[in-house]
Amino acid sequence: MAMPENVRGRPVIDTGRCPDGCRACADACPTDAILVDGGPGSARIDLGRCVFCRDCVEGCPEGAITYGRDHRMASRTREDLALSEGVKLAAALERKMLKLLGRSLKLRHVSAGDCSACTAELQALGNVVFDLARFGVQFVASPRHADGLVVTGPVTQNMRLALEKTWKAVASPRLVIAVGACAISGGPFRGLSAVHDGVESVVPVDLFVPGCPPHPLTLLDGLLRLLGRIEDSPR
Amino acid sequence: MKALRNGTSIEERALPVLPPEEFRRAVLRGAEGGRIVAFFGRPLGEGVRLYAVLADDAAGTLAALASDVGDRFLSLTPDCPQAHNFEREICEQHGVHMEGHPWLKPLRSHAAPYSFFQVEGEEIHEVAVGPVHAGLIDPGHFRLQCHGEKVLSLEIHLGYQHRGVEEALENGPDKRAALLAECAAGDTTIGHALAYALAVEALSGSIAPPRAQAIRAIALELERVANHVGDLGALGADIGFLPTAAWFGRLRGEFLNLLATLSGNRYGRGLIRPGGVLCDVPAQLADDATRRLSRARDELRQVAGLFFETSSVRSRIEGTGVLTRQECNALALLGPAARACGTPRDVRRDHPPPGASAPPIPVAIAMTGDVFARSHVRWMETQHSLEYLIEGFRALPAGAIRAACGPPAPGRLAVSLVEGWRGEIAHVALTGEDGRFARYKIKDPSFQNWTALTLAMRGTQISDFPLCNKSFNLSYAGHDL
Ligand code: SF4
Ligand code: SF4
Repeated sequence: MAMPENVRGRPVIDTGRCPDGCRACADACPTDAILVDGGPGSARIDLGRCVFCRDCVEGCPEGAITYGRDHRMASRTREDLALSEGVKLAAALERKMLKLLGRSLKLRHVSAGDCSACTAELQALGNVVFDLARFGVQFVASPRHADGLVVTGPVTQNMRLALEKTWKAVASPRLVIAVGACAISGGPFRGLSAVHDGVESVVPVDLFVPGCPPHPLTLLDGLLRLLGRIEDSPR
Repeated sequence: MKALRNGTSIEERALPVLPPEEFRRAVLRGAEGGRIVAFFGRPLGEGVRLYAVLADDAAGTLAALASDVGDRFLSLTPDCPQAHNFEREICEQHGVHMEGHPWLKPLRSHAAPYSFFQVEGEEIHEVAVGPVHAGLIDPGHFRLQCHGEKVLSLEIHLGYQHRGVEEALENGPDKRAALLAECAAGDTTIGHALAYALAVEALSGSIAPPRAQAIRAIALELERVANHVGDLGALGADIGFLPTAAWFGRLRGEFLNLLATLSGNRYGRGLIRPGGVLCDVPAQLADDATRRLSRARDELRQVAGLFFETSSVRSRIEGTGVLTRQECNALALLGPAARACGTPRDVRRDHPPPGASAPPIPVAIAMTGDVFARSHVRWMETQHSLEYLIEGFRALPAGAIRAACGPPAPGRLAVSLVEGWRGEIAHVALTGEDGRFARYKIKDPSFQNWTALTLAMRGTQISDFPLCNKSFNLSYAGHDL
């Protein structure tokens, strides 16, 4: 499946076009998501920080950055989101965990300071179009009923305690899914004194879903990969 | 007092800086015939400079004034309830003690323990909810004092989403500023991005080309329709009338998807920037959009008909969570919440943005101030917006979508107002001598309307809470900033 027409999917850098020493895209990026740390052609996008704003596309004099229509970008580790060849898509949970979960996954959502767009896309997963429940994945009202947490937002100072308490209230082994640039890296709020720059600084994360906010298809893809329902090679 | 219009700026030097007592009287006077749009502080020298922006909706004018105070100010709130949250915020942000304020509690800060209002007596019990809620929503904490099922009082403690947006905008505009405006309240990306763009344009003396203005107006109405329709669905779900919940829920997606076709993102991220818009509307998209909108309009009529004509729905929402017109005016409520109490307040009509040419969208009004009125106003607005959208896509002016927008001029104050789907969004930007933001103040309508929810809940049943809450659907993010 591809993103609907015009929707910005995963950005791609054609580093073959990058002139020596050029940092125009990195300088244009408002979230410091572009890393140019090696020699020529080393530019890559950290999807954990990217908010898909397209400032780098406008900022690149060579037209080297374009938006693809690939909606797939969730990964299991933070590092896998910033690879030069794109992203290493999430692998399924280990067998034992999958077996424990059986055919269902119950998740509790914690909004830890998101702007509300990430929350709105999680809500949209439940509508008749995306219908998450048909895959056995459900949002539940209590952490006691949950196998894990879905966290949105950078984790504000004022939400830290509530997140920790909710996490502790989930029985082990438990999953944590970080949804959106904020939850992964702080997103547009990175570095501000009122926030923690992402969920990982408070609780360990098992799945990272990039986006600002992630498209429901991206969310669905990430969740199903985690559950071993989708396995295909990265594009 | 210096009169200005929406989307314009004045030199800060030209602002009347009145002695505190005179300032106080002037604000009270302004609030009586009009209302307070913004009231905030900024550290200056040893003390704090207070700024007030007042609106005269009938005349379509705004006025700004200031006063230099020390660490005390005689509270306006006892005489003027609409000052309530503004004064709590000034106290919290700048340490100005508001003498005589009846409820001077922290608004966002969780630094000190918060003391909740409590009712005592036999058979009185307290219900506490949040900040992590049962559903998929943003964090806030609610305390209900109940006698059996009856709610005596509701207190709302917010601040969980405080990210520091205004602070981060200081010394801007920088490359992050437009993003911060877009996610001040993520479900109002267009509203806040537009207010930001208008403020920067006002400071730099530029104006977006007519085509850009038309695209902005289209995006604003798409955002309104998506949210109104989504909330009608959520109300259906809370009533337990699931066919309408599912149907409205799907239709909400139609509008988000249209916004995505227009801007590349379902919430309109990356569409509006100072100077204009970043995405044009090709002729084919406009045709296609008109068709999609007409189809959605037909479907919406059916589902709204089902919702509003089902007697069990009507009996659940009529007479529930009533706000009186007096309460509405005392708090200077905004948006559909005000219009549902018979107060025809609407920035689109009263304070059109500079260069606006299209005739304004009709203002929808209801009189009963209950959940029914708030949902019905939103349905009427949806219909008006759909007509506007269908016509808007047909009649897009030709020309450029972006004009050059230079840096902000130094030493100025700009005010921009936008009628977001929840009501008036106000941005006030002040530049220092270096042309950078010395203060950037954002007001989401939720800031003023949260109090209305507590009033609407008095004397209702505890089971009415979800309905009341949904009928306002206020923003936590927009309040907490
Ligand atoms: S699209 Fe992503 S990488 Fe490009 S400028 Fe925006 S945030 Fe940075
Ligand atoms: S990632 Fe983007 S959409 Fe999600 S909470 Fe952060 S700013 Fe909002």
